[in-house]
Amino acid sequence: MANKHVNAIVVGAGAGGGVVAKELSEAGLTVVLFERGRWQDYEDHDHDELISQRITALGNAFGPDNERYRRVAQRGDKWVTVPPNEWAYNNNAACMGGGTLSYGAMAWRFMPQDFRMKSTYGELAGSTLADWPLTYEDLEPYYEKAEWEIGVSGDDSQNPFAPPRRKPQPMPPFPFNTEGRVLKAAALRLGYHPFPLPMLRNSVSYGGRPKCRRCRHCVGFACAVNAKCGTQNTVIPQALATGNCEVRTQSVVAEILFDDRGRATGVAYFDAQDQGQIQTADLVVVAGSATESARLLLNSKHRLFPQGAGNNHDWVGRNLQGHAYTGAYGLFPEVMYDDIGAGATVGLCDFNHGNEGLKGGGMLANEFIRLPYLFTDRRPPGSARWGLAHKDFQRRQFKHLTSVKGPVQEMPVFDARVEIDPVVKDHWGIPVARLSGSRHEHDVEIGHFLADKAEQLLKEAGATQTWKAPPGMGLSGGQHQAGTCRMGDDPATSVTNRYGQLHEIDNLFVADGSLHVTNGGFNPVLTIMALGYWVSDYIKKEWQSSRLRS
Amino acid sequence: MNRTGSGIRLSRRDFLAGAGLGTGMLLMGWGCAQRSAAQPWQVLTDPEARLLEAMTEQIIPADQDPGARDAGCIHFIDRQLAGFYRTHVETYRQGLIGVDQTSQVLYGKDFLACAWDEQTEVMKRLESGQAQGAIWQEISSRQFFNLVRDHTMQAFYGSPRHGGNRHYVSYRMLGLDYPQIVGQNRYRDI
Ligand SMILES: Cc1cc2nc3c(=O)[nH]c(=O)nc-3n(C[C@H](O)[C@H](O)[C@H](O)COP(=O)(O)OP(=O)(O)OC[C@H]3O[C@@H](n4cnc5c(N)ncnc54)[C@H](O)[C@@H]3O)c2cc1C
Ligand code: SF4
Repeated sequence: MANKHVNAIVVGAGAGGGVVAKELSEAGLTVVLFERGRWQDYEDHDHDELISQRITALGNAFGPDNERYRRVAQRGDKWVTVPPNEWAYNNNAACMGGGTLSYGAMAWRFMPQDFRMKSTYGELAGSTLADWPLTYEDLEPYYEKAEWEIGVSGDDSQNPFAPPRRKPQPMPPFPFNTEGRVLKAAALRLGYHPFPLPMLRNSVSYGGRPKCRRCRHCVGFACAVNAKCGTQNTVIPQALATGNCEVRTQSVVAEILFDDRGRATGVAYFDAQDQGQIQTADLVVVAGSATESARLLLNSKHRLFPQGAGNNHDWVGRNLQGHAYTGAYGLFPEVMYDDIGAGATVGLCDFNHGNEGLKGGGMLANEFIRLPYLFTDRRPPGSARWGLAHKDFQRRQFKHLTSVKGPVQEMPVFDARVEIDPVVKDHWGIPVARLSGSRHEHDVEIGHFLADKAEQLLKEAGATQTWKAPPGMGLSGGQHQAGTCRMGDDPATSVTNRYGQLHEIDNLFVADGSLHVTNGGFNPVLTIMALGYWVSDYIKKEWQSSRLRS
Repeated sequence: MNRTGSGIRLSRRDFLAGAGLGTGMLLMGWGCAQRSAAQPWQVLTDPEARLLEAMTEQIIPADQDPGARDAGCIHFIDRQLAGFYRTHVETYRQGLIGVDQTSQVLYGKDFLACAWDEQTEVMKRLESGQAQGAIWQEISSRQFFNLVRDHTMQAFYGSPRHGGNRHYVSYRMLGLDYPQIVGQNRYRDI
């Protein structure tokens, strides 16, 4: 039986897609929200470190699975097929909520300069560095909406580098743990400006959900008490409550369909029983995260755009970014581990911008709790990798190690990209994404600068042995993947306009990390959520003026 | 420490090897369940398992705290080879032959017949990628070593539900209270 026609299809129930589904269904549009994963919660993998979204030794806890999914990655001069639990797959997640079910939940607003990187720093050879087609001021109300509707704890008034805001964060910040207290004092002695990290976790009960129990297992896990705020326990249930939104889980969208004139008419997808189906709609919003959104557009071809939707200028899949993580470790004589989760409590933005000779920078924060298996590779250079010495380090230092880390704002690179592999297909026969390219060397330069700062902070805090962990040149993406469907004013150098609408197809939108022109020196999710609201607002206005109705 | 490979704690504590070792069972504490005398391995042969177990013990030796053998790391590996790590079965089969080849070249005897320090030396050769033995012309001894090393670490420091870390030995060693139970310990209000 044919599926009933709806107003809007949203592909992907993650950070961006969850917000769009709620906004459109509340505005009265009928919506089908497609998600290839399923509803998952704490019970699925509880506190199993080996099957989490941070350590994937025995698989991804929250998808995708190794049986049905594949990507192709570049290794030297070879193409290799990689399963989702391997690093080179560049995974985020595949479940209701996408990355937001199991994330670390840091809730950053980008700074005004992050939207104007080219104006601030000029050209950079080998990079497609550009300004966003919108400003921080444009996005500010939408950040606020994300903070209040999904739930953020924090206090930006303690961060002198925080961008201006109309309203405070809705929940008070979490108190510092031991690491936070020690590092804060040290940062103040060095003249820096430490503050409690903003978090998409309930510091008090909020949104009908309880307050956080500060457990050991947060990043990479679903919350046992539902205190972590994702789209799966906020905006998506709200979308469902309107009665206008249907969620179709375990449904993999294979292709966007078009009419003769090249307007989107719906999607072809495989349902939970692997049956091919069609869903028609007046408009389609793609929010599958940076790799999968690009793959879907590239797999959706038409006489008018034979290289894939939105790809007549060859920008879809380009500029894949993530974050070059950098930082340092320190061993302390005192016990630093207090078992108070999620662990990361203190941050500073002293080095996001204004660093002599560098184009940008990144925030620094103490790390989330390191679980026992993860800790087995946390060693100073030259340490034993096995044997009694390794075991003894594990035993003596587990509670004495502290780490300060941060995400380098990367310089976009045109050749860091997602393409369609000509050979390899997934379980459903859909051609898979192929990843290639590498970071810009300037990212590594910034990484070394920030690692120095992190090490200096740890020393000031009393670490007796320290070592740095600067990034390498490998391809970026992963959990913070972004940039593959860049927004811009010029159709020749971007995929969508400033509202996430494809330049060439007026009823096809993107609303996820793919839109990011640059990815900030911050974890990206709050910006993705804000963009979800921003894109939705535009769609609602266009809908009112009936331009989008078919 | 100079112990012979075969002399390391011959009297292993028996335990429940099968799947579905639930939390309730674990809460009963140390050594409470009996393994059936039947073949305990899903993939490995008995000689393979004994050799591999000796390697895991080299990677995480017992001292004042239990080592890989006490923690049942071999059971983790065997079980994963029947499941998530099934693509590694051939590498293990070949690699274990290679380990004996290397110890034969170095000491004229099999790995299990070697003294503790001799075994350690074999492990170092494997790790360096310079191990001698015909098998290592086909596969890299370093990659095989890393595989066993990583799997042993996962077995020892991961969740007991996968067959290793029996009785939470590694969490006890690190001083972490486990399991975390909603309403108790870490889940109290703070
Ligand atoms: C362990 C972990 C920790 C993290 N910590 C933080 C943090 O502290 N702070 C922060 O800002 N960010 C963090 N992130 C990153 C954050 O989760 C992502 O930036 C964010 O979720 C990306 O949003 P998105 O909408 O682009 O994609 P996603 O949230 O990944 O959502 C995309 C969804 O689309 C679905 N999908 C894709 N293709 C299809 C298709 N063809 N058909 C049907 N469904 C499809 C996917 O299954 C997925 O559920 C973390 C991520 C992880 C995994
Ligand atoms: S730290 Fe808090 S929000 Fe995170 S999983 Fe634990 S209880 Fe949930």
